Amino acid sequence: MLSKIVRTVTNEFMPFILVFGFYIIAHGHLTPGGGFQGGAVIVSGVVMLLVAFNHQEVKQVLRERTLSIMESTGALIFIALAFAGIGAAFFYNFLVGTPIFGRIPPTGPNPGDFWTGGVIPLMNLAVGLKVIAGLSAVVLAMAIFSSGEEVEE
Amino acid sequence: MRRFTGLILLLVLVAFLVWGVQLIHPFGYPDTSDMDDYIIQNAQEETGSNNVVASVVFDYRGFDTLGEATILFTAVTGVLLVLRASKRREEGP
Repeated sequence: MLSKIVRTVTNEFMPFILVFGFYIIAHGHLTPGGGFQGGAVIVSGVVMLLVAFNHQEVKQVLRERTLSIMESTGALIFIALAFAGIGAAFFYNFLVGTPIFGRIPPTGPNPGDFWTGGVIPLMNLAVGLKVIAGLSAVVLAMAIFSSGEEVEE
Repeated sequence: MRRFTGLILLLVLVAFLVWGVQLIHPFGYPDTSDMDDYIIQNAQEETGSNNVVASVVFDYRGFDTLGEATILFTAVTGVLLVLRASKRREEGP
């Protein structure tokens, strides 16, 4: 565990990192970024927590079982969205033109509309969930292993 | 003798690399740009996404992203498996 200054700064910064990561995930169909990148940003916040605090404290919040359930959920949502468009093709964007995320922006540069993109924002969310859970599990397992303790199931 | 052979091999490698670099066509001018032009012209209308890269990653080339997600899953599984197995072996008989 690091000094009180580092812990306090980590506590103050954590919400901003989470908000920025979720912004990158949610706006993946409008601005550069997406599920993989935003998930990596959030996991960098988890790494900061691991550095500032002990892994015992982080382990109480992020249980490995919860993380594995989160990752499986993300993967299942992704595959389900891919199979939902199987009527036309695998990974067909079937939500374009429907009321859900279905608006079509004009071709060419434009400011953008959040309610566009079809299945792309939903897939970004699923992939983001998967990346957050997967990389957090990896980082947590490495921290626990390097401390020489038993890795819990 | 070994050093001499190594030098020869290095020179051959460098010659091939220079030859290959000279054969690259200019940056930004692909040989066939039909697919690029089609995606740039139609991505916003077909997928409704302003970020054309996202529309390629999750729509036109979605199968590739499925493989990417599978790689991530395999990596996580492998790391957890290796760390647990080495821990168990240390405590074994």
